[in-house]
Amino acid sequence: MLGEGIIKGLAETARNFVGSYVEADRLTTVQYPEERLPTKEAARNFPFLVFDGNDAHAGMRCVACQICEKECPPQCIYIEKSKDKKPDYVGKPQFYPKIFDIDVSVCMSCQICVEVCPFEAIKMDTEFELSNTDRFAGLLFDKHQLAKSNEYYRKIHPAEAAAVDGRLAAEKAKAEAKTKADVEAKAKAAAAAAKTAAPPPPKPAPIPTT
Amino acid sequence: MIDAFDQIFVLLKHWALDWPFWPESLKPMLSVLFSIVPLMLVFALLFGITTVVERKAIGRIQNRYGPNRVGLPFTDLRMFGFGQFIADGIKALTKEDVVPRAADKVVHFLAPIALIVPVFLAYSVLPYGLNMAPIDMDTGVLFFFAVGAATELSVFMAGWSSRNKYSLLGAMRAIAQMISYEVPLIISTITVVMMVGSLSTVKIVEAQADYFGQLPHWHVFTPWGFAGFILFLIAAMAESNRSPFDLPEGESEIVAGYFIEYSGFKFALFFLAEYLGMFAVSGLAITLFLGGWTAPLAFLSWLPSWLWFFAKLLALIALFIWVRGTVPRLRMDQLMNFGWKFMLPMALINIAAAGLWRFLPAGFDRWAVCSAMLIVPYVLLGRGLMGGKLFTKRTYRYAE
Repeated sequence: MLGEGIIKGLAETARNFVGSYVEADRLTTVQYPEERLPTKEAARNFPFLVFDGNDAHAGMRCVACQICEKECPPQCIYIEKSKDKKPDYVGKPQFYPKIFDIDVSVCMSCQICVEVCPFEAIKMDTEFELSNTDRFAGLLFDKHQLAKSNEYYRKIHPAEAAAVDGRLAAEKAKAEAKTKADVEAKAKAAAAAAKTAAPPPPKPAPIPTT
Repeated sequence: MIDAFDQIFVLLKHWALDWPFWPESLKPMLSVLFSIVPLMLVFALLFGITTVVERKAIGRIQNRYGPNRVGLPFTDLRMFGFGQFIADGIKALTKEDVVPRAADKVVHFLAPIALIVPVFLAYSVLPYGLNMAPIDMDTGVLFFFAVGAATELSVFMAGWSSRNKYSLLGAMRAIAQMISYEVPLIISTITVVMMVGSLSTVKIVEAQADYFGQLPHWHVFTPWGFAGFILFLIAAMAESNRSPFDLPEGESEIVAGYFIEYSGFKFALFFLAEYLGMFAVSGLAITLFLGGWTAPLAFLSWLPSWLWFFAKLLALIALFIWVRGTVPRLRMDQLMNFGWKFMLPMALINIAAAGLWRFLPAGFDRWAVCSAMLIVPYVLLGRGLMGGKLFTKRTYRYAE
């Protein structure tokens, strides 16, 4: 009969109306500033620079190779290489970025910078509350704002950070083993040299001209 | 004491008028002013609160919270979001008023004013309580419909002067809908006028003011009154462009209908007029069918009359919101079919039923005859409206 469906519909909406006051799990809304959902591990929003240890300058992994600057599709990264060098995590002297700026308003969160970085120096952050009242300088993040510790990285992306740590540790161990072998070889050579003593040291190999 | 509380607003007005320093020549003007200003304030405030209540209720119907943030300005009080309408009002006042270059500027400016004035005029004949009708006109109901019909003009003014195809489409829809539904609206009130024998709203309420024991003598508790009330309510929904009859606004197809080219405070005026029109027509429904300011049970009569009027008004507003949260928008042909092939015949049959009720002797037979006279055409017309279609569960076929 005419009107039957409307009565059914009215009953349904009434049930929803009353139910939303009685059953809390009907309301799926998370009231954002007071309540928040835990961030997903795969979440990503904006890149940051990883440093090891406590000193952002000393532990900075970035060697200012500028690959990310060249690869960035919207070109929001600006890097200036330093004149001097500082030792990296294996102790090898490397350049470091004198200036490293990323424009938040231009970045499109594509993660290409992270993928191209050979030094595991730039990673994606989950922080999303980046609004600012200054729309020019406030949205241009410099090196100090971008630098975040490896502990923070482990916290926001545990699985990914563990893989990176393992890779870096392996590399470091390899480098250490190599230096150790070098030192041993050198020591052995020195000992051999000391034993024979008489023949003069062999001439160094000619330096290749290329 | 109870009488004084019942008549408190009437007494207040007389007390304010009796101040010795008013010049005698100004007194008629002041009397008008003291009637109009409180009414405008009360109903404007009711409009503000209704917008928030509506958003919250529809939110709850859809299992959302609805607005619950904005409280009093400059404080930390949230008041469950009931400060929202203050923020909305400030926003409407401070927004830029955009007038299209191609628009007819004068008509475009006049349309919201021409809409709001008749809507407020309609309030002048409603009895809000005992002795609380601003004007007791002998032709109150007629006056109400006369000014109510004037809103159609301003709707078309708005739609035409904007020089926008969507607004024109919206205005045409609005005119078609309002004229179609004005017919059953007025015909369903004719029954009440026939039974009471007067067009005066005050007399219509007085005719419903006595009780059978505890039960009230309201018109809605008779077969013709019940049918008339339902017809009136549906037609009132259509008249005030409320969902499911909100085709003139139809956000999904014509953006906002006839007030698409209005912004800022003019837009707010259209919004205000729409809600005030809904309140006014609900007030008339209360006056005609729900016993106006009378109490629903005899032993509750000690409560002030204006309280009952506003309680009934709030109940009707809640019903309007509930229906809006439930029923989807009609299609244009469904709207016209429903108006002309169901509402109009039912309203005409209702007149015959009311006439029969008047001349049959009181008793069970009268109830049976008049109810059958309304239920049988209801079922048959309902079948006709469905066009012999069987509505079963819809099945879908998906592409592989």
